[in-house]
Amino acid sequence: MTASFLILAILTLAGGVAAVTLRRLVHCALALAVSFAGLAALYLNLGAEFAGLAQLLVYVGAIAILIVFAILLTRGSETEDRAAFSPAGFAGAVLALAVFAVLAWAVVTSGAAHSAGLGSAPPSTMREIGFALMQRYVLPLEVIALMLTAAMIGAVIVAVREKASEAGTTAGALPRPEPGRELRTR
Amino acid sequence: MTPLAGCLLVSSLLFSVGLAGALTRRSAILVLAGIELMLNAANLNFIAFWRFGAHPEALTGLMFVIFSIAVAAAEAAVGLALILAIYRHARTSDVSEITEMKG
Repeated sequence: MTASFLILAILTLAGGVAAVTLRRLVHCALALAVSFAGLAALYLNLGAEFAGLAQLLVYVGAIAILIVFAILLTRGSETEDRAAFSPAGFAGAVLALAVFAVLAWAVVTSGAAHSAGLGSAPPSTMREIGFALMQRYVLPLEVIALMLTAAMIGAVIVAVREKASEAGTTAGALPRPEPGRELRTR
Repeated sequence: MTPLAGCLLVSSLLFSVGLAGALTRRSAILVLAGIELMLNAANLNFIAFWRFGAHPEALTGLMFVIFSIAVAAAEAAVGLALILAIYRHARTSDVSEITEMKG
Protein backbone atom coordinates (compact mmCIF):
# COMPACT_ATOMS: atom_id res chain seq x y z
CA MET A 1 0.00 0.00 0.00
CA THR A 2 1.59 3.22 -1.17
CA ALA A 3 1.46 6.71 0.26
CA SER A 4 -0.47 8.04 -2.74
CA PHE A 5 -3.18 5.43 -2.18
CA LEU A 6 -3.46 6.42 1.48
CA ILE A 7 -3.71 10.14 0.66
CA LEU A 8 -6.36 9.57 -2.01
CA ALA A 9 -8.34 7.23 0.26
CA ILE A 10 -8.31 9.79 3.08
CA LEU A 11 -9.44 12.52 0.63
CA THR A 12 -12.26 10.35 -0.69
CA LEU A 13 -13.48 9.32 2.75
CA ALA A 14 -13.25 12.87 4.12
CA GLY A 15 -15.33 14.11 1.20
CA GLY A 16 -17.91 11.38 1.78
CA VAL A 17 -18.14 12.07 5.52
CA ALA A 18 -18.48 15.81 4.87
CA ALA A 19 -21.19 15.13 2.27
CA VAL A 20 -23.37 13.26 4.75
CA THR A 21 -22.73 15.43 7.83
CA LEU A 22 -22.66 19.08 6.67
CA ARG A 23 -25.83 21.06 7.28
CA ARG A 24 -26.08 23.21 4.16
CA LEU A 25 -27.10 21.19 1.11
CA VAL A 26 -24.88 23.07 -1.35
CA HIS A 27 -21.83 22.33 0.80
CA CYS A 28 -22.86 18.69 0.84
CA ALA A 29 -23.03 18.58 -2.95
CA LEU A 30 -19.58 20.15 -3.30
CA ALA A 31 -18.08 17.72 -0.76
CA LEU A 32 -19.68 14.92 -2.77
CA ALA A 33 -17.90 16.21 -5.88
CA VAL A 34 -14.58 16.12 -3.96
CA SER A 35 -15.29 12.51 -2.97
CA PHE A 36 -16.07 11.54 -6.59
CA ALA A 37 -12.87 13.21 -7.81
CA GLY A 38 -10.87 11.35 -5.16
CA LEU A 39 -12.40 8.08 -6.35
CA ALA A 40 -11.45 8.91 -9.94
CA ALA A 41 -7.87 9.50 -8.78
CA LEU A 42 -7.99 6.15 -6.94
CA TYR A 43 -9.01 4.43 -10.19
CA LEU A 44 -6.11 6.11 -11.98
CA ASN A 45 -3.81 5.02 -9.15
CA LEU A 46 -4.96 1.41 -9.60
CA GLY A 47 -4.21 1.47 -13.33
CA ALA A 48 -7.77 1.83 -14.66
CA GLU A 49 -7.30 4.95 -16.75
CA PHE A 50 -10.49 4.67 -18.79
CA ALA A 51 -12.70 4.06 -15.75
CA GLY A 52 -11.05 6.94 -13.89
CA LEU A 53 -11.62 9.42 -16.67
CA ALA A 54 -15.19 8.18 -17.21
CA GLN A 55 -15.78 8.62 -13.48
CA LEU A 56 -14.42 12.16 -13.66
CA LEU A 57 -16.62 13.02 -16.67
CA VAL A 58 -19.84 11.41 -15.51
CA TYR A 59 -19.77 11.87 -11.74
CA VAL A 60 -17.92 15.15 -11.22
CA GLY A 61 -19.04 16.69 -14.49
CA ALA A 62 -22.65 15.54 -14.66
CA ILE A 63 -24.07 14.01 -11.49
CA ALA A 64 -22.61 16.48 -8.96
CA ILE A 65 -23.76 19.42 -11.08
CA LEU A 66 -27.19 17.78 -11.50
CA ILE A 67 -27.46 17.48 -7.71
CA VAL A 68 -26.56 21.18 -7.34
CA PHE A 69 -29.29 22.04 -9.87
CA ALA A 70 -31.81 19.91 -7.98
CA ILE A 71 -30.89 21.62 -4.68
CA LEU A 72 -31.36 25.06 -6.23
CA LEU A 73 -34.63 24.09 -7.95
CA THR A 74 -36.14 22.71 -4.75
CA ARG A 75 -34.93 25.71 -2.72
CA GLY A 76 -33.09 23.35 -0.39
CA SER A 77 -30.32 25.92 0.09
CA GLU A 78 -32.61 28.21 2.08
CA THR A 79 -33.80 25.76 4.69
CA GLU A 80 -31.05 25.44 7.25
CA ASP A 81 -32.98 26.21 10.40
CA ARG A 82 -34.80 22.89 10.39
CA ALA A 83 -33.22 19.70 11.64
CA ALA A 84 -30.98 18.12 9.02
CA PHE A 85 -31.14 14.61 10.42
CA SER A 86 -34.18 12.41 10.72
CA PRO A 87 -35.55 11.38 14.13
CA ALA A 88 -34.25 7.84 13.63
CA GLY A 89 -30.83 9.14 12.63
CA PHE A 90 -29.00 7.63 15.58
CA ALA A 91 -30.31 4.15 14.77
CA GLY A 92 -29.26 4.61 11.14
CA ALA A 93 -25.71 5.58 12.14
CA VAL A 94 -25.47 2.57 14.47
CA LEU A 95 -26.73 0.31 11.67
CA ALA A 96 -24.13 1.71 9.25
CA LEU A 97 -21.38 1.13 11.85
CA ALA A 98 -22.57 -2.46 12.29
CA VAL A 99 -22.49 -2.99 8.51
CA PHE A 100 -18.94 -1.65 8.40
CA ALA A 101 -17.89 -3.93 11.27
CA VAL A 102 -19.25 -7.00 9.46
CA LEU A 103 -17.62 -6.02 6.15
CA ALA A 104 -14.26 -5.26 7.77
CA TRP A 105 -14.36 -8.53 9.67
CA ALA A 106 -15.08 -10.41 6.43
CA VAL A 107 -12.22 -8.64 4.61
CA VAL A 108 -9.65 -9.17 7.38
CA THR A 109 -10.47 -12.84 7.95
CA SER A 110 -10.74 -13.75 4.25
CA GLY A 111 -7.88 -14.79 2.03
CA ALA A 112 -7.71 -11.35 0.44
CA ALA A 113 -5.71 -10.00 3.38
CA HIS A 114 -2.94 -12.54 2.80
CA SER A 115 -2.76 -13.09 -0.96
CA ALA A 116 0.24 -11.47 -2.57
CA GLY A 117 -1.44 -9.95 -5.62
CA LEU A 118 0.17 -8.95 -8.87
CA GLY A 119 3.12 -6.63 -8.88
CA SER A 120 2.46 -4.68 -12.04
CA ALA A 121 -0.73 -3.23 -13.44
CA PRO A 122 -2.43 -5.39 -16.06
CA PRO A 123 -2.48 -3.91 -19.56
CA SER A 124 -5.66 -2.03 -20.36
CA THR A 125 -5.04 0.08 -23.43
CA MET A 126 -7.83 1.92 -25.19
CA ARG A 127 -7.40 -0.49 -28.11
CA GLU A 128 -8.16 -3.54 -25.98
CA ILE A 129 -11.08 -1.80 -24.25
CA GLY A 130 -12.52 -0.84 -27.64
CA PHE A 131 -12.19 -4.38 -28.96
CA ALA A 132 -13.82 -5.77 -25.82
CA LEU A 133 -16.69 -3.28 -26.06
CA MET A 134 -17.30 -4.02 -29.72
CA GLN A 135 -16.89 -7.79 -29.60
CA ARG A 136 -17.52 -9.53 -26.31
CA TYR A 137 -19.61 -6.83 -24.61
CA VAL A 138 -21.51 -5.48 -27.61
CA LEU A 139 -24.90 -6.71 -26.36
CA PRO A 140 -24.60 -4.99 -22.94
CA LEU A 141 -23.42 -1.87 -24.76
CA GLU A 142 -26.58 -1.79 -26.90
CA VAL A 143 -28.75 -2.46 -23.84
CA ILE A 144 -27.05 0.45 -22.04
CA ALA A 145 -27.70 2.72 -25.02
CA LEU A 146 -31.39 1.77 -25.03
CA MET A 147 -31.61 2.24 -21.25
CA LEU A 148 -29.98 5.69 -21.38
CA THR A 149 -32.47 6.79 -24.02
CA ALA A 150 -35.40 5.46 -22.01
CA ALA A 151 -34.08 7.11 -18.82
CA MET A 152 -33.70 10.45 -20.58
CA ILE A 153 -37.25 10.34 -21.96
CA GLY A 154 -38.59 9.18 -18.60
CA ALA A 155 -36.79 11.94 -16.69
CA VAL A 156 -38.19 14.58 -19.05
CA ILE A 157 -41.73 13.19 -18.76
CA VAL A 158 -41.56 12.98 -14.95
CA ALA A 159 -39.97 16.39 -14.37
CA VAL A 160 -41.89 18.44 -16.91
CA ARG A 161 -44.48 20.78 -15.42
CA GLU A 162 -48.01 19.61 -16.10
CA LYS A 163 -50.06 21.91 -18.26
CA ALA A 164 -53.14 22.02 -16.06
CA SER A 165 -51.30 23.13 -12.93
CA GLU A 166 -49.27 25.63 -14.90
CA ALA A 167 -52.38 27.17 -16.43
CA GLY A 168 -53.96 27.30 -12.98
CA THR A 169 -51.08 29.08 -11.28
CA THR A 170 -50.01 31.48 -14.03
CA ALA A 171 -53.31 32.21 -15.74
CA GLY A 172 -53.46 35.74 -14.40
CA ALA A 173 -49.80 36.60 -14.88
CA LEU A 174 -49.14 35.37 -18.41
CA PRO A 175 -51.23 35.64 -21.54
CA ARG A 176 -52.81 32.41 -22.60
CA PRO A 177 -51.13 30.70 -25.54
CA GLU A 178 -53.03 30.56 -28.77
CA PRO A 179 -55.00 27.35 -29.24
CA GLY A 180 -52.97 26.24 -32.23
CA ARG A 181 -49.59 26.83 -30.57
CA GLU A 182 -49.98 25.01 -27.30
CA LEU A 183 -46.95 23.20 -26.02
CA ARG A 184 -47.47 19.51 -25.88
CA THR A 185 -46.08 18.07 -22.66
CA ARG A 186 -46.86 14.46 -23.38
CA MET B 1 -1.92 -5.57 4.83
CA THR B 2 -1.98 -6.27 1.14
CA PRO B 3 -3.13 -3.62 -1.38
CA LEU B 4 -6.27 -5.64 -2.14
CA ALA B 5 -7.30 -5.66 1.52
CA GLY B 6 -6.62 -1.91 1.76
CA CYS B 7 -8.86 -1.25 -1.25
CA LEU B 8 -11.60 -3.44 0.20
CA LEU B 9 -11.42 -1.70 3.58
CA VAL B 10 -11.62 1.76 1.97
CA SER B 11 -14.55 0.58 -0.12
CA SER B 12 -16.43 -0.87 2.87
CA LEU B 13 -15.84 2.36 4.81
CA LEU B 14 -17.21 4.37 1.87
CA PHE B 15 -20.23 2.05 1.67
CA SER B 16 -20.93 2.58 5.38
CA VAL B 17 -20.66 6.36 5.02
CA GLY B 18 -23.12 6.25 2.11
CA LEU B 19 -25.47 3.99 4.06
CA ALA B 20 -25.36 6.32 7.06
CA GLY B 21 -26.13 9.28 4.79
CA ALA B 22 -29.04 7.50 3.12
CA LEU B 23 -30.50 6.43 6.48
CA THR B 24 -30.01 9.57 8.57
CA ARG B 25 -30.52 12.60 6.32
CA ARG B 26 -33.94 14.20 5.88
CA SER B 27 -33.35 15.76 2.46
CA ALA B 28 -34.31 13.42 -0.38
CA ILE B 29 -31.42 14.77 -2.48
CA LEU B 30 -28.88 13.69 0.13
CA VAL B 31 -30.51 10.28 0.38
CA LEU B 32 -29.81 9.96 -3.37
CA ALA B 33 -26.23 11.17 -2.76
CA GLY B 34 -25.76 8.43 -0.17
CA ILE B 35 -26.98 5.85 -2.68
CA GLU B 36 -24.45 7.20 -5.20
CA LEU B 37 -21.68 6.81 -2.61
CA MET B 38 -22.67 3.17 -2.08
CA LEU B 39 -22.62 2.55 -5.85
CA ASN B 40 -19.14 4.08 -6.00
CA ALA B 41 -17.94 1.78 -3.22
CA ALA B 42 -19.07 -1.20 -5.29
CA ASN B 43 -17.22 0.22 -8.31
CA LEU B 44 -14.02 0.52 -6.27
CA ASN B 45 -14.40 -3.15 -5.32
CA PHE B 46 -14.71 -4.13 -8.99
CA ILE B 47 -11.59 -2.15 -9.91
CA ALA B 48 -9.63 -3.64 -6.99
CA PHE B 49 -10.56 -7.22 -7.88
CA TRP B 50 -9.77 -6.58 -11.54
CA ARG B 51 -6.37 -5.12 -10.63
CA PHE B 52 -5.28 -7.69 -8.05
CA GLY B 53 -7.34 -10.74 -9.01
CA ALA B 54 -6.78 -13.53 -11.50
CA HIS B 55 -7.06 -13.02 -15.29
CA PRO B 56 -6.94 -9.21 -15.48
CA GLU B 57 -6.50 -9.45 -19.26
CA ALA B 58 -10.20 -10.36 -19.61
CA LEU B 59 -11.10 -6.77 -18.52
CA THR B 60 -14.24 -8.05 -16.77
CA GLY B 61 -14.12 -5.75 -13.73
CA LEU B 62 -13.27 -2.73 -15.84
CA MET B 63 -16.20 -3.37 -18.20
CA PHE B 64 -18.52 -3.85 -15.23
CA VAL B 65 -17.44 -0.48 -13.81
CA ILE B 66 -18.02 1.29 -17.14
CA PHE B 67 -21.54 -0.13 -17.43
CA SER B 68 -22.20 0.60 -13.76
CA ILE B 69 -21.24 4.26 -14.27
CA ALA B 70 -23.72 4.48 -17.16
CA VAL B 71 -26.49 2.90 -15.07
CA ALA B 72 -25.71 5.30 -12.19
CA ALA B 73 -25.99 8.28 -14.53
CA ALA B 74 -29.45 7.16 -15.68
CA GLU B 75 -30.47 6.44 -12.09
CA ALA B 76 -29.38 9.90 -10.91
CA ALA B 77 -31.28 11.63 -13.74
CA VAL B 78 -34.53 9.75 -13.06
CA GLY B 79 -34.15 10.06 -9.29
CA LEU B 80 -33.63 13.82 -9.38
CA ALA B 81 -36.57 14.17 -11.78
CA LEU B 82 -38.73 12.24 -9.28
CA ILE B 83 -37.55 14.50 -6.44
CA LEU B 84 -38.46 17.57 -8.51
CA ALA B 85 -41.92 16.16 -9.28
CA ILE B 86 -42.54 15.32 -5.60
CA TYR B 87 -41.32 18.79 -4.58
CA ARG B 88 -43.75 20.38 -7.00
CA HIS B 89 -46.59 18.28 -5.59
CA ALA B 90 -45.84 18.43 -1.85
CA ARG B 91 -43.76 21.67 -1.70
CA THR B 92 -41.04 19.88 0.27
CA SER B 93 -38.14 17.53 -0.35
CA ASP B 94 -38.05 16.33 3.27
CA VAL B 95 -38.52 12.56 3.30
CA SER B 96 -40.01 12.59 6.80
CA GLU B 97 -42.77 14.99 5.74
CA ILE B 98 -43.86 13.11 2.61
CA THR B 99 -46.23 10.71 4.31
CA GLU B 100 -49.17 10.55 1.91
CA MET B 101 -48.54 6.94 0.94
CA LYS B 102 -47.74 5.81 4.48
CA GLY B 103 -49.66 2.65 5.37
